[in-house]
Amino acid sequence: MGLLQFLQRIEPDKKKSPLLHTAYDAFFTFAFTPNTVTKGGVHIRDGMDLKRLMVYVVLALQLCYLFGSYNIGHQHFVAAGQHLGFLDAFHLKLAHGLIKMLPMFIVTHVVGLGMEFLFAAKKGHAVEEGFLVSGALIPLIMPPDLPMWILALSVTFAVILGKEAFGGTGMNIWNIALLARVFVFFAYPTEISGDTCWVSGYDSLAAGSAAEYGWWHTGFFNSIFGSLGWPQFDAAKTVVVDGFSGATPLALAYQGGMEAVNQQYSVGQILWGAIPGSIGETNKPFIILGALFLILTRVASWRIMAGMVLGVGVTGLIFNAWGFNDFMMVPWYYHYILGSFLFAMAFMATDPVTASGTNKGKWIYGFFIGVVGLVVRVMNPAYPEGWMLAILFMNSFAPLIDYFIVQSNIKKRTSRV
Amino acid sequence: MAFMLNSFLVFGQGTITPSWAMYSILGVLILAGLSALVGLTANLIDMEAHKHGVQVSEDGWFTKFLNQFTGETKSSKVHKLNRGFEILINGEVKSSQIVSKPVSRVALKPYTFIGLSPIPKVVVEVGQSVKAGDEVYHDKKHPEIKFTSPVSGEVIEINRGDKRAIADIVILADKDQQYKKFNAPGKDADRAALVSFLVDTGAWTWINERPFDVVPQLSSQPKNIFISTFDTAPLAPDNNLIVAGNEQAFQDGIDVLARLTEGKVYLGLDGSNRGQLSTAFTNAKNADLHYFEGKHPAGNVGVQIHHIAPIKSGEKVWTMRVQDVIALGKLFATGEVRRSAIVAIAGNEVKEPQYVSTFPGASVAELTQGNVTDGKLRYISGDVLSGKQVSVTGFMNEKDDQLTVIEEGDFYEMFGWLMPLSPRPSASGTYPNGLFPKMKFDVNTNTHGEKRAFVVTGQYEEVLPMDIYPQHLFKSILTKDVEMMEGLGINELSEEDVALCEFVCTSKQPLQQLLREGLDYMRTEA
Repeated sequence: MGLLQFLQRIEPDKKKSPLLHTAYDAFFTFAFTPNTVTKGGVHIRDGMDLKRLMVYVVLALQLCYLFGSYNIGHQHFVAAGQHLGFLDAFHLKLAHGLIKMLPMFIVTHVVGLGMEFLFAAKKGHAVEEGFLVSGALIPLIMPPDLPMWILALSVTFAVILGKEAFGGTGMNIWNIALLARVFVFFAYPTEISGDTCWVSGYDSLAAGSAAEYGWWHTGFFNSIFGSLGWPQFDAAKTVVVDGFSGATPLALAYQGGMEAVNQQYSVGQILWGAIPGSIGETNKPFIILGALFLILTRVASWRIMAGMVLGVGVTGLIFNAWGFNDFMMVPWYYHYILGSFLFAMAFMATDPVTASGTNKGKWIYGFFIGVVGLVVRVMNPAYPEGWMLAILFMNSFAPLIDYFIVQSNIKKRTSRV
Repeated sequence: MAFMLNSFLVFGQGTITPSWAMYSILGVLILAGLSALVGLTANLIDMEAHKHGVQVSEDGWFTKFLNQFTGETKSSKVHKLNRGFEILINGEVKSSQIVSKPVSRVALKPYTFIGLSPIPKVVVEVGQSVKAGDEVYHDKKHPEIKFTSPVSGEVIEINRGDKRAIADIVILADKDQQYKKFNAPGKDADRAALVSFLVDTGAWTWINERPFDVVPQLSSQPKNIFISTFDTAPLAPDNNLIVAGNEQAFQDGIDVLARLTEGKVYLGLDGSNRGQLSTAFTNAKNADLHYFEGKHPAGNVGVQIHHIAPIKSGEKVWTMRVQDVIALGKLFATGEVRRSAIVAIAGNEVKEPQYVSTFPGASVAELTQGNVTDGKLRYISGDVLSGKQVSVTGFMNEKDDQLTVIEEGDFYEMFGWLMPLSPRPSASGTYPNGLFPKMKFDVNTNTHGEKRAFVVTGQYEEVLPMDIYPQHLFKSILTKDVEMMEGLGINELSEEDVALCEFVCTSKQPLQQLLREGLDYMRTEA
């Protein structure tokens, strides 16, 4: 236990430097579970704590990270009509993906955790683990080419106004990760909507515009790939081909229903995620695996997920029956794999703090996210996807749902004769 | 899997025919309409029946409809509880032999009775001899309620704690026990005579009144009286062994209790086939038998009350432990206070777990001498969930029938939250414990994490088989909202009922303490 003694020796003084001590405490309790013992109530405690809970969500996201990073690179080359096979030029795609992904991950965590440490030190309590999950989610729901300063701004907004203003982890009303996204969505709409933002590495997606490579591409990776004799990044050759739009399946579905989608993307592509979109949401089987992991470990509520599936199914059926336009005629079951429904269902709606707290409420909450989300997706021309708004909307209503369920319980008890 | 999914999707490719979808929605709507109609009619019939004074079962028509298939009817007294959690700990008592261990030192601890003023009036002096049944102290606010000695012997210490509160009154027990003789009232005595006899002998203080778990006032009229005949807590003793040989005394005790209430005496029995039930329980007369099937806390009397006849606003019910019912029966048969305590000494740090027969409030050191491992240990009077910590030089609490000894967990564990070095009990799915349902654990007192705000929801409900929203209740306690607390059922709960919630709590909240704060607030303010 040499490490333990070393760590205990370097503990900073709490009074002299509260921020340093808070940071120290966060890292120390990360490395070692404290030696505190039970006092007063139960004598033994479950092996489960908040750190473990949060890390299990992060673990469930790992496949999405892996695929998302690679797909950034894949979409980049598809726009140029190069390396169209998914596994072609593996190293280039992965390198490009990492160049985009890692800075986002780092900026999100440095800004977000920095904020958490600052507030924890100010309030004089331990750093709470909530941002572990928010920080892992935020990069996955952003477009790959988002400028870092916008990302930093959105994380700051979400953490300060979304969480700390309400009292920290466990007190917030709206989902932190979605607040960051909605901030970008309304403050910098061009960065996160339309057809062009989902493909990275180009200034514009007009035919003929060349890829923009920085030092990491041409200086760092090219020198490695060159020495190995592999193909290298070449901005001059990587130009957007004629007719490439970068439109997501949802945008196409809005224009011409499932037929328009099928002209450009096969169902297999949509399912396996070799399509443009937010970084983490494209590969559906990996998201389903993550969702199953969360359900099996009982970290996330299956009731919310089932409620959402039900909500989308019912609304989809109603739209099919209504059949007002082409998008409404998209068979209801396609809505499950289009867009980011599954990602929102598995990782966004199930945030226990912002969802309904009662088991009955979770069904209602999930169901109405499904309904509202699909209504936004299909009926509103301004927003290509509905889940972000639907979840934030239902976040606001979750306490109301709980209120009625709790009141009915109270009424049942007080009316006992 | 992907291939199948693909082919399914290809099958459904293209646009859908509106007529098909229309029909399916129409079908759903018709079904929903029909069920609403049936439900409405059933409700109207119920209301009409109610007007005419006909008793209507509480179940909805749908439940009744379902019950036809499952064969479950309201009249059967088996309650199946699906929620709960079993914590399996090493060191359970395997031998059914009860070792006699008449300890020399016994203590009375006034503070273990809730609601007593901290400095009760002690009527004995150090050096004075008492018989079993002699008064030792009483509450200054209620001098009529006597707390009597469970043993005969010499008072050797009256210890005081903070602010001169009485910590304990220690009695050196005689080898040959002397009993004070009382005149037990006959079978036709009225309630007032019964009450005054109970008060004189101190047996009144064996009664526990809910809500609040207090000794009842003399004027208290219980709606019903509840006795749980089994304990599902970790390492709990088997009441079937305790009652063996005392079947008649147990029945006598029930007969007395039945005369104290205008309601019924309810007995909660183990319906889970944990072992052969004593005939004292299964053939009990003068009582309503209810079987409870399920995991812990199915054996908690609070859970049983909730399912048999929940406490209504303003009502009081009484509960009594099996051992006290036996003592009550003996008291009426002999006119003497003959209280023995059969205690299970268990836990992963006990070398040879065993049942001992001793006095209530026995010395911990004498009970465990030479039978525990070395190292830092925690001694618990009661079970690991809701028992009270006692020091090795201290004494058992009077009403506990279990002494648990486990390891103190005051050590650091590297990445203990992520990759624990040793198996530990957990209700969470993040541990593979669910795959080994019979596995037993060595437990320690480490908190396995730090206290946080409420984050996870639905966790408490999983282990509390009652129609209660625990998290909302706890939040209403934090905000001291009396109406909310009462509405959400605080009066139906006691610490032991929420102990499992506290165990599983991811945020490590002190729920039992919180509940007691709420109950105290209700008791004093409302």
